[in-house]
Amino acid sequence: MKNRNSNQEYWRANLKIVSVLLLVWFVVSFGFGILWSETLDQIQIGGFKLGFWFAQQGSIYVFVILIFIYVFLMNRLDKKYFESNDRD
Amino acid sequence: MEAKGLTYLFVGLSFALYIGIAFWSRAKSTNDFYVAGKGVHPVANGMATAADWMSAASFISMAGLIAFLGRDGSVYLMGWTGGYVLLALLLAPYLRKFGQYTVPDFIGTRYYSNAARLVAVICLIFVSFTYVAGQMRGVGIVFSRFLEVDIDVGVVIGMVIVFFYAVMGGMKGITYTQVAQYCVMIFAYLVPAIFISILITGNPIPQLGFGDTLVNSPTYLLDKLDQVTTDLGFNAYTENTKSNIDIFCITAALMFGTAGLPHVIVRFFTVPKVSDARKSAGYALVFIALLYTTAPAVAAFARINFIDSIQDVNYSVAPNWFKNWENVGLIAWRDKNKDGKIQYSAGNALEGVRPVYSDTRGDSGERVLDNKPNSTNSNEVYIDRDIMVLANPEIAKLPGWVIALVAAGGLAAALSTAAGLLLVISSSISHDLLKKTFMPKITEREELLYARIAAGFAILIAGLFGIYPPAFVAQVVAFAFGLAASTIFPALLMGIFSKRLNKEGAIAGMLSGLIFTASYIVYFKFLYTSLNNSENWFLGISPEGIGFLGMLVNFFIALTVSYFTAKPPEEINLMVENIRRP
Repeated sequence: MKNRNSNQEYWRANLKIVSVLLLVWFVVSFGFGILWSETLDQIQIGGFKLGFWFAQQGSIYVFVILIFIYVFLMNRLDKKYFESNDRD
Repeated sequence: MEAKGLTYLFVGLSFALYIGIAFWSRAKSTNDFYVAGKGVHPVANGMATAADWMSAASFISMAGLIAFLGRDGSVYLMGWTGGYVLLALLLAPYLRKFGQYTVPDFIGTRYYSNAARLVAVICLIFVSFTYVAGQMRGVGIVFSRFLEVDIDVGVVIGMVIVFFYAVMGGMKGITYTQVAQYCVMIFAYLVPAIFISILITGNPIPQLGFGDTLVNSPTYLLDKLDQVTTDLGFNAYTENTKSNIDIFCITAALMFGTAGLPHVIVRFFTVPKVSDARKSAGYALVFIALLYTTAPAVAAFARINFIDSIQDVNYSVAPNWFKNWENVGLIAWRDKNKDGKIQYSAGNALEGVRPVYSDTRGDSGERVLDNKPNSTNSNEVYIDRDIMVLANPEIAKLPGWVIALVAAGGLAAALSTAAGLLLVISSSISHDLLKKTFMPKITEREELLYARIAAGFAILIAGLFGIYPPAFVAQVVAFAFGLAASTIFPALLMGIFSKRLNKEGAIAGMLSGLIFTASYIVYFKFLYTSLNNSENWFLGISPEGIGFLGMLVNFFIALTVSYFTAKPPEEINLMVENIRRP
């Protein structure tokens, strides 16, 4: 039964990580790149209007970073719930 | 002439490399053939996924498309990369844990039903063949322009190469050739991009040059581009023309569709561990982003270079690339005002979709067209968007070896994707249809033989698509992503994240997503093409974006039907719990 509980805890922690990261994913691409991009265009960085930059460059960089944050957090979570159990 | 010799050399060397790798990594078991023995290093798998994913469309067509669409082209950039976040966070690790060979295999097992498996196989085959048709056309274009062989001969050469390593090596052969193909492809994409960035902005990094000032001028490249495009009657390059809701839905359909493409998903079955599947999705997106962040820069450079090098130029002294592509039939010029000079501006130059050439030459030496000139505008130039990336090095007057490199890169992109697609088609036939449904008694050896036969047949059909390209290739791309988003993605997602979803719900969901999306696309793209504009679209959503709504329909129907029917059996409960553990 203990095993089953820790599985559920692990799954809930997993869902929390995934939802936070997907929220960022949504805000950056659909938010900055599409819905609010014309407002962001007021800000100019170098030759880029900011909304345009998010749509054609920035969102892609954020996607890459999000996956690596996910990898890091999940590896830590796996260690906490599974590898330590193995040693017990 | 020199460029042509170099092209033969580069293409020949790259082909020799692919065949060598295929020979070294022959498949010996179904495990090798379907999932490369589950022994692929995450970085190698990342590269292979990138090559698998980046097709002739990404390499050859995308930058050209963006060059002409401007900001509207962002949907492809975000749509075709953002899907990897979904794949990494929602699907890849769990499907790797499941550990079977194909996408329909997961759907059939999770929903304890061969009917669900069959629906998945049909969607998979449809999506994959749609995609393959585009690859073979890419191979044909590269061969006919750079090696001056017949398009048909080019397609046959491509088929033979793919046949050799896909049939012999299966997933194992494909994986390691894709790693090599990625290297060829990315090198071929970045080298001309860096050269052109230096020429135009003085900045060697295209991603930064894109936002930099022009050489010897205080004006930013993008400001210049906005000004030039508006002067010629186009929309400003950095402004949207589509409605926000349409851009939103197209981007979403492309993202969810990407995450539901079977040939991409199976790549994550090949790594040793669950944690490797996550890591590998990250590496894949790094390798993809390298090209996808360069592409919009290339697009902007290409647009400005293209206009600069032909506007108001006398045809008799027009650059060679212009005449070469005219000879291939992808550029046409009609001297409307009879001044002997090329004038390019907004609007279609000709009546009819494509130029129809007669056999004679006009006063300036141009190919005479049978099309009537379009008298509502003064544009004299027809240009096929697909040629921009291939023509870019010539337009920028780069050395012959760069042009040769681009030809080899384009072929690598097309062949690697074709091979990946052919493999998922053949494994869904030999594994899902034969072994798991109709002929469960066959041995592993026989299954491997059937897989190879199916791969051979799939290559033949793909080759026929390349030689006789169906006129509807451009239209069916919306289909591939729309169907992947509205059928395969939701079935996989709910299979992992909901224990309650049962076989009735999953089948009803997939079928309703399929029917909804397919009928909307068929209605506007095939039956009533004249109605295909934003006034008639449902909520202003174009057929390209309808897959997103189809996905919502799928979720809704699947959950509702499941709620009113029996719970899945206990062993499914255990299976879902098992795949949720790393």
